[in-house]
Amino acid sequence: MTPITPIHYLILAAVLFALGTIGVLTRRNVVIVLMSIELILNAVNLNLVAFSRMWGINGQVFAIFVITDAAAEAAVGLGILIAFFRNRETVNMDEVDLLKW
Amino acid sequence: MFFLDHIWLIPLLPALGAAMMFFFGRKMQKSAVNAVCVGVVVIAFLWASGAVLQYNRWQAAAEHYHQPFQQILYTWLGSDTGHLTYLTHSGTPAAFQADAGFLLDPLSSIWLLFVTGVGMLIHIYSTGYMAHEGGYYRFFGYLNLFMFSMLVLILGNNYAVLFVGWEGVGLCSYLLIGFYFARKSASDAANKAFIVNRIGDAGFLLGMFTLAWYFGSLRFVDVNHLARSGQFQIGDPILTAAALLLFVGACGKSAQLPLYVWLPDAMEGPTPVSALIHAATMVTAGVYMVARSNAIFLLAPTAMKTVAIVGALTAIFAASIGLVQNDIKRVLAYSTVSQLGYMFLALGVGAFAAGVFHVFTHAFFKALLFLGSGSVIHAMSGEQDMRNFGNLHRKIPITHWTMFVATLAIAGIFPLAGFFSKDEILWQAWSSEGGAYRFLWLIGVITAFMTAFYMFRLMFLTFHGKPRMSHEVEHHIHESPGSMTMPLVVLAVCSFCAGWLGVPHSLGGSNRFEKFLEPVFAKEAPLFHAEEPGQFAAGKKEEARTSPTEYTLMALSLGLAVGGWGLAWKVYRGADKGYVEPLAAEVPPVYTAMLNKYYVDEGYDYLFTGRRKLGRVRLGAMGLGEASSWFDSRVIDGTVNGAGWMTRAFSTITIWWDRWIIDGLLVNGPAIMARMLSYPVKLLQWGLVQWYALIMVFGLLGFMAAEMGLLIWFGWIVGGVVAAIMLYFIVRLIARRAEANRGRKVAAARATGD
Repeated sequence: MTPITPIHYLILAAVLFALGTIGVLTRRNVVIVLMSIELILNAVNLNLVAFSRMWGINGQVFAIFVITDAAAEAAVGLGILIAFFRNRETVNMDEVDLLKW
Repeated sequence: MFFLDHIWLIPLLPALGAAMMFFFGRKMQKSAVNAVCVGVVVIAFLWASGAVLQYNRWQAAAEHYHQPFQQILYTWLGSDTGHLTYLTHSGTPAAFQADAGFLLDPLSSIWLLFVTGVGMLIHIYSTGYMAHEGGYYRFFGYLNLFMFSMLVLILGNNYAVLFVGWEGVGLCSYLLIGFYFARKSASDAANKAFIVNRIGDAGFLLGMFTLAWYFGSLRFVDVNHLARSGQFQIGDPILTAAALLLFVGACGKSAQLPLYVWLPDAMEGPTPVSALIHAATMVTAGVYMVARSNAIFLLAPTAMKTVAIVGALTAIFAASIGLVQNDIKRVLAYSTVSQLGYMFLALGVGAFAAGVFHVFTHAFFKALLFLGSGSVIHAMSGEQDMRNFGNLHRKIPITHWTMFVATLAIAGIFPLAGFFSKDEILWQAWSSEGGAYRFLWLIGVITAFMTAFYMFRLMFLTFHGKPRMSHEVEHHIHESPGSMTMPLVVLAVCSFCAGWLGVPHSLGGSNRFEKFLEPVFAKEAPLFHAEEPGQFAAGKKEEARTSPTEYTLMALSLGLAVGGWGLAWKVYRGADKGYVEPLAAEVPPVYTAMLNKYYVDEGYDYLFTGRRKLGRVRLGAMGLGEASSWFDSRVIDGTVNGAGWMTRAFSTITIWWDRWIIDGLLVNGPAIMARMLSYPVKLLQWGLVQWYALIMVFGLLGFMAAEMGLLIWFGWIVGGVVAAIMLYFIVRLIARRAEANRGRKVAAARATGD
């Protein structure tokens, strides 16, 4: 049985990160996009926790920070989404193009 | 000393009456108006008599022998702290200050007595005369206001207070001439009086300022003291100017040439007003002021000569107009102007006391004549034209006899008042300056003859001859009520006796009047003349008076007066309807000129008012107005419009510059440039966040590829992906267009009901 080394964690995190990134880039529904961003953040968390297993507690502290940040970001993101929905009656990313010049 | 110490109450009493009329008069009964307005004047008269009696006793005392009594209430103008100063002519600072103060000396005593006395009688007379007129309370309010102003004028202790009274009487004169303001002629006459008086007042003000600048004080006491101190040369040019300016003021107020024109027109006012203001009191204010300033006039011989000449010319000029006038009040008005001319003649030859004496006697007989004429007009139902009078002496006997006394007095018949005062003036004109004024004496004598003639003409036309009025008027003729005849009788007694105060030495009198006035006119004179003994000797003059010449002159003037009487008797005793004036029959042009007052009013209209055009040119005030109007509309407005046009032209240029250069080139130019340059950049911002994220991911992958040395491979991949994406977008765009077109067609089809 091969022992679980950091590389395993990193591969898992990279997979998660890629999945999240592809989700962010391809999905049309904003809710899904926000969930994909959570995936990316959790991939980072996994990396931080994995490294912290070898180099001390700092990584875990940062992971807590990231979790907090993720919660806040999700709250703000969903708030914006609801406000947007009330205006446009849609949650389709393709139609969110107000930021163009 | 009670009355003297409270002398301020004398002017205040009529002021109170006027104030009551102003605030409550409308609601008061006529009897209440009488009680207040006549009452205050009666009290003022009694108070004034008391004050003069006490002053006489006071000035006889050794410690203030022949001093004027001065009472200063408070500082009215300026400041008594001494910090408020101005530079006088000599370069020393003088306090800018005028008191609210009163001065009583023999001169103001005389005025005080006859102003309050005659004023009181005229107030009583007015209660009868105005009984049936509207505006009763208004009339008495104005009369009381006039009394107040006149008393301020004569009691003021400096020129500024005198000027307040001076303007006050002018205002009251205006108000009372225009009492029947609904009548245009009355309001015109009021305006005329006011405006002509303003010309004189301007002169008075300038003279007053000159005195303030020269002497550093406006108090009579200070000015007289300085003028008599010998510091100033006789003929000092500035003092001459000041005296002449003061005399201009006197000319306006006292109706002398050339400013007399307002007085005859002032007869538009009610007759008691003519008696009080335009005969007895106000018009003598000029005489008072010149007599008050005698110390200054004595230093200015040129001014004295001017006064004498103007006085004499006015006397004969006005008398000659009076010879032919038909309106009873106008005859009396010209007579007043003429008699005022006598007074100025006296002042001008240095006989101040004689001039004041004539003012005093004239106040009685002229007031009586006016009141008598008022009584006649009253009896004749308002008729004033003597051509429609005649044979009234039986129907209104009291009026007739009292007026007869006054006529004798003004004509100068011995021993009535006018004889003494007029003769004194003529004698002084004959004798002063060694006979330099004998030409003026001749004028005075001729005027005396004219006076007798026109006065007896008035008497004969009014009271004798054949009745020439309509039957209706004749039926209404009645003697005036007691309130009107009582003042007539009192004034007749005064006209008879007033002259006896000044019986000259030559007739066995002691000339008490002149003696009484001596402190005013000859004060400090011994001191002053001690250096020049040849010029002055009162005693010598008195001796010279008793010379036979004086008796000859007296006889001459008396003879001329009687001659005038006789001539009038001969011509007018039997005047019937359509009688012919002898002068009109003999020399019509002269008669016409006199009847039209020598066309002076017309001349003034040509020269000064501009109501008549001289050829095609308009002169005078209206001419100035027209010229100003022309200048205003052409030059001033032209300049304004030119400036406006210039501004507009300049602003047009500025607008162009602003629009094309500033806004176009400098402001919008950079903006357009920035927009052009930013166009390619803005194409990158198409607003879809996921695409931004995709580019970021590719950028990240690019970095990673570069890190691993696989950049070229990566470039190919990215180029392919970008090309694919662009292809995708182009396809999508075309698809959307097509869809939109289809939708539009469907909507159009639906709309047409397909």
